[in-house]
Amino acid sequence: MASWPILSFATFLPLVGVALILLFCRGNTPDVLRNVRFISLWTTLVTFVLTLLVWANFDPRNPGYQMVEKAGWIPEFGINYHMGVDGISVLFVVLAGFLMPLCILASWESVQVRLKEYMIAFLALETLMIGMFCALDFVLFYMFFEGVLIPMFLIIGIWGGPRRVYAAFKFFLYTLLGSVLMLLAILAMYYVAGTTDIPTITATQFPRNMQLWLWLAFFASFAVKVPMWPVHTWLPDAHVEAPTAGSVILAGVLLKMGGYGFLRFNIPILPEATEYFAPLIYTLSVVAVIYTSLVALAQEDMKKLIAYSSVAHMGFVTIGMFALNQQGIEGSVFQMLSHGVVSGALFLCVGVVYDRLHTREIARYGGLVKNMPKYAVVFLFMTMASVGLPGTAGFVGEFLVLMGVFRDNTWVAALAATGMVLGAAYALWLYRRVVYGKLTKPDVKAMFDMTPREIAVFVPLIAVVLWMGVYPSSFLNVTSASVEQLIQTYQTKLAASHAASGVSVAAR
Amino acid sequence: MTAVFPDIWPALPEIFLALSGVALLMLGVFRGDGFTRPVSYLSIVCMLLAAILAMGYGSGRVVTFNGMFVMDAFGVFMKVLVLVSAAFAVILGLGFNEREQMSRFEFPVLMIFATLGMLMMVSANDFISLYVGLETQSLALYVIAAFRRDSGKSSEAGLKYFVLGSLSSGMLLYGASLVYGFAGTTSFDKVAALFAGGAHVSPGLVIGLVFVMAGLAFKVSAAPFHMWTPDVYEGAPTPVTAFFAAAPKVAAIALLTRVVMEPFGHLAAQWHQVLVATAILSMVIGSFVAIMQTNIKRLMAYSSIGHVGYALVGLTTGTQDGVRGVLIYMALYIAMNIGAFAVILSMKAKGQMLEEIKDFSGLSKTNPMLAATMAIFMFSMAGIPPMAGFFGKLYVFLAAVAAQEYTLAVVGVLTSVVGAFYYLRIIKIMYFDEPAVVVDKVDDDGMTGVLVLTSLFTLLFFVAPAPILNGAAAAAAALFAG
Repeated sequence: MASWPILSFATFLPLVGVALILLFCRGNTPDVLRNVRFISLWTTLVTFVLTLLVWANFDPRNPGYQMVEKAGWIPEFGINYHMGVDGISVLFVVLAGFLMPLCILASWESVQVRLKEYMIAFLALETLMIGMFCALDFVLFYMFFEGVLIPMFLIIGIWGGPRRVYAAFKFFLYTLLGSVLMLLAILAMYYVAGTTDIPTITATQFPRNMQLWLWLAFFASFAVKVPMWPVHTWLPDAHVEAPTAGSVILAGVLLKMGGYGFLRFNIPILPEATEYFAPLIYTLSVVAVIYTSLVALAQEDMKKLIAYSSVAHMGFVTIGMFALNQQGIEGSVFQMLSHGVVSGALFLCVGVVYDRLHTREIARYGGLVKNMPKYAVVFLFMTMASVGLPGTAGFVGEFLVLMGVFRDNTWVAALAATGMVLGAAYALWLYRRVVYGKLTKPDVKAMFDMTPREIAVFVPLIAVVLWMGVYPSSFLNVTSASVEQLIQTYQTKLAASHAASGVSVAAR
Repeated sequence: MTAVFPDIWPALPEIFLALSGVALLMLGVFRGDGFTRPVSYLSIVCMLLAAILAMGYGSGRVVTFNGMFVMDAFGVFMKVLVLVSAAFAVILGLGFNEREQMSRFEFPVLMIFATLGMLMMVSANDFISLYVGLETQSLALYVIAAFRRDSGKSSEAGLKYFVLGSLSSGMLLYGASLVYGFAGTTSFDKVAALFAGGAHVSPGLVIGLVFVMAGLAFKVSAAPFHMWTPDVYEGAPTPVTAFFAAAPKVAAIALLTRVVMEPFGHLAAQWHQVLVATAILSMVIGSFVAIMQTNIKRLMAYSSIGHVGYALVGLTTGTQDGVRGVLIYMALYIAMNIGAFAVILSMKAKGQMLEEIKDFSGLSKTNPMLAATMAIFMFSMAGIPPMAGFFGKLYVFLAAVAAQEYTLAVVGVLTSVVGAFYYLRIIKIMYFDEPAVVVDKVDDDGMTGVLVLTSLFTLLFFVAPAPILNGAAAAAAALFAG
């Protein structure tokens, strides 16, 4: 196994890029700006290689935490610097590493003002995201989780669209409101367990009454992050106003933080509350899947449509998770990964045309297939992946989720499946309105096809989507052992507490 | 009573500071106002030396001067905080006072005497010495609040502070006299011993306790005794405001902590509800009223009211964890507060001070470093990790959760979200808006030093938080050992 702290390297390497930019890139001449771009690109590429090394080092048969690093941070208070990955988190680390260079490439020309700050914000964001998926200490986790707000607030607020200030505030305050309640839950756990070490807390049994409150506090944070209906309203605003790369990261990685949080904390630490509240999650998720799909049908703005589709897709994720069986949870992890890649790619598709026409209004486009054939192919492919066409990433995740939930609750499975139909409706209709039809508008006629740089952004995305769709085992193998253990932990703890309550009932 | 010469070593920092204050006063008198800069530098040196003397005290509890004066690890921690923040405040005042033609040597000397009073407050072990320390501090503060004699606002601030301050001192004294009347002693140790023995708690004594707490709540500017704060903060010269928001607040919190924990430690049932109400009111008023402010100094005043509310959450628990939270909170709070005031003091265009929030518009374009510094302080005050302010909130709320004060904790985190709104508003104005005025470069080395030190501390505190956390833990333990 790796003897060097590979996770810390992967986490903090982007900060080295920040330091390089701050130290060596002074002034605003084109040369300097080019250097800034290349430093950022190389930093993120090397980070990506490191995250791939993490994956290569990962032993899929071992369900526990691997590549663990532990160092005293505030030892007197039971708080340590504790990093490690298991089958659930390792692929998210890779996902964050994978999307970041693409974001830098996508912003190559579209960002012209305050480029240096932009790149610094993105690099800092990468550190926080990777760190969050690796953190095995609650305080450390919370720092990364919450710290993400700072660069994202600035990215939306500085480089965003016309209503960026509103969107940035809404994003920040919504998420903060959820997170501070989680902080209280963390503190309560800290008080009971005497440590903030996540594996130790996972092994702790909390009283049922306390579990319910703790669960709700975590739910407040993660439901906003996922986002679940009805607290999803920040997402369309944030997506619409954020710059393209910001939307990609938001949809690709930040939303996953909520799902990851449910898997990491709610289910294994608070099993009784999870069992108790699973119907609530089902209800909210089914509403999200159907309602937001209908809302997506009515959208006039491309990004807003994709944002609503994200809410619907994340609804599948939460449904699968709380089916609490192997297929459901593995499916939801897979769905998160595939949604990260696919929705990221869709936002990049919007970015391509937005860079040319500077509008996201669907009605302003039409007939792009005539003058942008390459773009039409890429966009079609990603639309199909989003719809869940067999052979693409989207299919595997949704299929597994539906299979998992079918075993648990047929009605939920049936209702969620209607969401798939509606999903096909809005995605294909969007595609029809943008790409097909008559090419009449003169400014749309003048649009040129994708540049080599843009193609370079999409090639890896297409490859990954196909890989995930055709040979999902290479991803599912990584997650299965840890998911198995997660379910086992959940059921053992649940059985233990049921037995305990049974005993107390019998004793009465 | 035999006349024994008291053990003066525990009071060494105070004695040293008093003597150096007198010496600097003489120096100033003989050399005149032209000698202000050297006097200021020397006063900074004296404060830092006093801090070193305080640190050299070590640990263990010593009571001296016939039980009037106590020194322990808690005192060391608080005194160092008071002295360091006072020294920073002197540095902040240097350039400002010269620009605004109010550079007189009395300024640093008065700050030394105020600081001396604060040290006495921290070490008070008797209602008499408490009052003497408080008044030594207050008298000096009244003068420097009105230090800009030709400005109506400054004089008004001084007068307002004086009238309301005297009122609160009066309340405190009245409360102390009631306590004396019903407990028969003014000594903290004896009052504590009385109630530890399970003596009957008469209503008169509770009234006295409430009066004492009301007087102290005024000094820490906790709601509902906060009304003076915005006006005085706005009217006083900005370096004085920076000083007010840091050192006296630490001293008053220290005093309040000692009073509720030591003499009245066994009366927690009596003071608990008072503190809960004060904490909740302060957090709510501090966060909601700040939203509407247009003047940055008034905003900072409401922000400080809110922060005192958070610190009081820790105190409310009455546990060692709670006191530890208060100490950590205050240590981190003054760092970011001094930093924020350093930014405010650096905000000037063509030599004119800028005090409106809208003057910060587009600062990130005209002066990126200053804007980044301010952003760090604002995120920190909002309690967003990884900034230092987060850790302050963490330990205060940890104590509250541990003591099962769930209402307080929930109100606290919710108001901190409201608070985040107005801190973010400043960041929004600096980063998202277009520049309105071109802000001058920071040309003062002392100011630059303060900015760099405080912002790095706030930003990088998380790397090695252990020294301050452990220091606070030791200080809190000392208060409970005695």
